[in-house]
Amino acid sequence: MDIQPEDQHWLVRPSTIRKLWIGGIAILALTVLAQIFIPIKGYFGADDWFAFGSVYGFGTCALMVVFAKALGFVLKRSEGFYDPGEELDGSAKTPESDQKSDQEANS
Amino acid sequence: MTELMSPALWMILGALLIALTRGQVRNAVIFAIPLVTLWSVWQVADGVAGTIGFLEFAIEPVEGSPVRRLFATVFSIMAFLGGLYAFKTARWAELSAAFAYAAGAIGVCFAGDLITFFVYWEFMALFSTVIVWCGGTPSARAAGIRYAIMHFLGGVILKIGIVGVVFTTGSIQIEAMLAEDFFTTMILIGVLINAAAPPVSAWLSDAYPESSATGSVFLSAFTTKTAVLALILLFPGEPILKWVGMYMIMYGIIFALLENDARRILAYSIVNQVGFMVVAVGIGTEMALNGAAAHAFAHIIYKALLFMSAGVVLYRTGFSRCTDLGGLFRTMPVTCIMGIIGALSISSFPLTSGFTTKSMISQAAVDENLFMVYMVLTAASAGVFLHAGIKFPWFVFFQKDSGLRPKDAPWNMALAMGGCAFICILLGVAPGLIYQLLPYPVEYHPYSTYKVLFYLQLLLFSGLAFFVLLPLMKRTVTISLDTDWLWRKLGMQILVIGQVLFHVFGRVVDGLLASSARFGSYFALRYLGNPLAEDSEEKSVFSSSWSIGTTALWISVLLSAYAVAFYI
Repeated sequence: MDIQPEDQHWLVRPSTIRKLWIGGIAILALTVLAQIFIPIKGYFGADDWFAFGSVYGFGTCALMVVFAKALGFVLKRSEGFYDPGEELDGSAKTPESDQKSDQEANS
Repeated sequence: MTELMSPALWMILGALLIALTRGQVRNAVIFAIPLVTLWSVWQVADGVAGTIGFLEFAIEPVEGSPVRRLFATVFSIMAFLGGLYAFKTARWAELSAAFAYAAGAIGVCFAGDLITFFVYWEFMALFSTVIVWCGGTPSARAAGIRYAIMHFLGGVILKIGIVGVVFTTGSIQIEAMLAEDFFTTMILIGVLINAAAPPVSAWLSDAYPESSATGSVFLSAFTTKTAVLALILLFPGEPILKWVGMYMIMYGIIFALLENDARRILAYSIVNQVGFMVVAVGIGTEMALNGAAAHAFAHIIYKALLFMSAGVVLYRTGFSRCTDLGGLFRTMPVTCIMGIIGALSISSFPLTSGFTTKSMISQAAVDENLFMVYMVLTAASAGVFLHAGIKFPWFVFFQKDSGLRPKDAPWNMALAMGGCAFICILLGVAPGLIYQLLPYPVEYHPYSTYKVLFYLQLLLFSGLAFFVLLPLMKRTVTISLDTDWLWRKLGMQILVIGQVLFHVFGRVVDGLLASSARFGSYFALRYLGNPLAEDSEEKSVFSSSWSIGTTALWISVLLSAYAVAFYI
């Protein structure tokens, strides 16, 4: 059964997410437009043009994500790659085991 | 005599007392000793406090300077906050080892000579290994062994360099040098191994995430930053460090983007952040070294905060993989907010410690007209926000609803995180507090309007890239191959192949020996006869009984031949 929007936490309701996107894009636009009033002087000439920070930030991050994705095809392996016999339940330690061992240690 | 007592000795005393006491007394030791150590750190005056004769060398156990005090200060603070975070849940062995580990780091800070430096350096390797083992799982034990091998190998390389430098220069002083000959290069390599530099960066992401929820907080603080201090003291301006650092920066980002385990993401980002410091030491100017020292201070605190946040999640849920987590902000708001403060700090957001310290390194690159270095550092600043600033909190606390509803952090963990978060913001809004502790006078103002605007553009659009490209970053239950494949897989396979080859060789040799034995036996029986046979004919020529006359004849012939041969 689907969870009704009103049963969800307010932060994850579609209406909130839509507002967050609108607010976020507005802030992004403001940071670019603010450069009209606050000139950003580059240090080397190549970084001297309008909205350089925005383009460079987005562009380099997009490149890094795409590069990492491509590298993932070569480098990614299953979790049991090094230790095939290891139990892969995803839990390194449970709180119960922590507390138990602590009690043992302190006793 | 007391001036020769390194502040590290307080932490060693603390480690011993933790092992010997229990209950409230132990808790009192955990809280009091780091504070006493911090006080002791600030009693160390500039210069060499005195010497002790050892063999023909003058050992200087305590030498003070602003940069040494700065690192020892943050190590003491971390011992206190780490102790506060861990005292209710960590095993006594882990806490004791953590204090001994911190003692090693503080001892390195004040070591005035290479011998003292080396002793404390190995002290760190020893007790940090114990912390990895305290993870308590089979994989933690295996990772601890790999960690120990790597660090003791690094120690051997460092020792070769130190011995060589001492014999060629006759001095055991810690002084600035360049990697210009074999021995100084060995020292540089030994230090860089602890800094998680390539090609062995993988030891860090292999070992730290295997430690306990509390152990990783201690591990994140000391080893790599002590290496940064060692680089500042020994190799300021070493050109190769710029390249090593830039590689570390990019390596950390790319591998963190590939990673699924939250604590391993943070481990990769340590390599990334230490890369900034290594670049700064490579630039080597006063501004750059100030930046490296300030950034190390800030980094230790915000990285500890991030590991504390991830540690609370692990402690409460038992999970640290992004694929198992998500939506935890509902029931863990304190941990979530603390994690976000740490994430903003590591991303150098204005009003956080990362902004006021890391931007000094970029400024140093600008001052030296290092265009490429500046562009890499700027791209990396955006990349840090991508891989640690957003990715860590997003996948752990938001993204999907994992259905997990754990309790928030216990009071002591929340308090420790609060302390770290307070320092992150304090150094962001009042950077003068740290600038006055730096080794050189600071003429730097981070909060110029255009600089803030530039970083906001850079970071916010980096955030946009994250959400736009989120489908490309779907988490998978995988690990990424790293250079540790060389020793965990290839090395092991070489050993297995070697074992098989030796086995085959052994079988071949055994076969040859058996064939030789059979052949020899056949030959002997065929031509020399069987002495045990009843039949005299089977005994053949050498095994059959001869008459005394024949024997005497043969002896006389042989002796005559010998006499003739002798005279010839």
